[in-house]
Amino acid sequence: MHQSTVEALVRRCFETTAADQERELQPLTDELPLLESGLDSLCFAMIVAQLEDDLGVDPFSDLNDAAFPATFAEFVQLYEAAASEQTAA
Amino acid sequence: MNHLRARLVQAQPDAGARLNTPQSDLALHALAKLTGLGRVRPVLAGRNVLLRTAGQIGAAQAVVELDGLARRIVLCPPDLAPEHLGYVMRTAEVEAIVADRADDVLLGLGASVHTLGALDVPLALEDAPDLDTQWVLFTSGTTGRPKLVAHSLDALTGAIAPRQKASDRPVWATFYDVRRYGGLQILLRALCGGCTLALSDPAESLADHLLRLAALGVTHLTGTPSHWRRLLMGPQPPPIAPAYVRLSGEIANQAVLDGLRALFPTARIVHAFASTEAGVAFEVDDGLEGFPESALSGGGPVDIKVVDGSLRIRSPRSASGYVGPDAPALVDDDGFIDTDDLVQLNGGRWRFMGRRNGVINVGGLKVHPEEVEAVINRHPAVRLSVVRARANPITGAVVTAEVALADPLAAVSLNEQSALRASIIAMCRSALPAHKAPATIRFVPEITVTGAGKLDRRHE
Repeated sequence: MHQSTVEALVRRCFETTAADQERELQPLTDELPLLESGLDSLCFAMIVAQLEDDLGVDPFSDLNDAAFPATFAEFVQLYEAAASEQTAA
Repeated sequence: MNHLRARLVQAQPDAGARLNTPQSDLALHALAKLTGLGRVRPVLAGRNVLLRTAGQIGAAQAVVELDGLARRIVLCPPDLAPEHLGYVMRTAEVEAIVADRADDVLLGLGASVHTLGALDVPLALEDAPDLDTQWVLFTSGTTGRPKLVAHSLDALTGAIAPRQKASDRPVWATFYDVRRYGGLQILLRALCGGCTLALSDPAESLADHLLRLAALGVTHLTGTPSHWRRLLMGPQPPPIAPAYVRLSGEIANQAVLDGLRALFPTARIVHAFASTEAGVAFEVDDGLEGFPESALSGGGPVDIKVVDGSLRIRSPRSASGYVGPDAPALVDDDGFIDTDDLVQLNGGRWRFMGRRNGVINVGGLKVHPEEVEAVINRHPAVRLSVVRARANPITGAVVTAEVALADPLAAVSLNEQSALRASIIAMCRSALPAHKAPATIRFVPEITVTGAGKLDRRHE
């Protein structure tokens, strides 16, 4: 899957989840810290579930070290890496 | 004399020891020696008292003021819906209400309402009554009416180890609310040890919260795995270096334990199995998820066994029972509580597999599938639905639904499915708290029914 497609999916997922949960989403810049995005744990849980349905991957469950993503760009990279691994496999 | 204020006096808190929130502090030495209930104390003596406070500090002050004085204290959790108050009043036979501020709802409940004042009147310990006060706590987030669970102070403090040295003063912090079992455990540790405790505040950002903990020099920090995952997602390493990290209230999986180990390399990392009913049953500190087979061989005061796949606990720290005229029995004939937590033995390690009755634990909050199904089934396009837990790395689980439509041809295209999904989720969100609404919905031609004629609720 092309990387920009993953980013577009992630963006849309953040936006629909924020709208559904009536949260005010900050502009999704690369540097945006996830904790300051306006989303809470429940929002992220829903985003991870939705992205697993859309992309077939759940990179959070396969984290082997403490490399939890901290910024929006790192979040996207985590999914891009997982999606490309899956395509390669 | 062994009530909570007496224990606090015995702990001889330092001048600086306090309960801390972003707005205010409550000094433990003042809490030990002064009362903010003044002339109301005789009115509350020997009564069943409901504690309904807007803040955690008020609740903490009230339990110290009332343990030993009241016959029963009923500690309302922060999210107890006002419509349940009448039921709680009747069930717990409440005679008086203590609040940090009175409002029309409380004033309309038919019991006298007393407002906690500032600690300003000296109180001689020997003048205080010394009743064996019953503590009534609530099970978390269940459907409909909450369950009321009765404890004694001895049971609640049964898992608290005495301090090794008088100079040993940890600084506690907890992400939990002290009005629930998990947070109350930490409040009692702080009070019985004369230690500072930093309380959480829903209006405070995690970054500000961590800065406050750093300023206090927090050494002991506790929360659910969901609380901890949130910390692990922080933009930079947190400004704290606790010596002791504790997880409970949900299943602690290997990823969160490993994440915490990497973040706090020298900390003692403990995950505990505890519930409002069973109390603190056991603690695991080997850094691995689940618990060792040897935990069942006993030795301590708590007996643990597995029957029909579910964990059973017999413990002096357990609740004495449910409260109310129609309350079900808490323990079986042998004194064991069935936790309804399913466990499986694999390679010498017991691991948690979810709840037997299908209750879904979303970040520490319980969801009954039936209540979500009832809402979804009200949607005009829906024939039947089944709601299950779906494992989730952030909150442990989220709610997911399978939906069979009244007209299977109503949502064939992806756009139609997407619109219908949004419409069902919107309906759930308007009728239910956010954590109960499904994170995902899948349309299926048929809902599977088991041989016993029940919905097949096996978890994904």
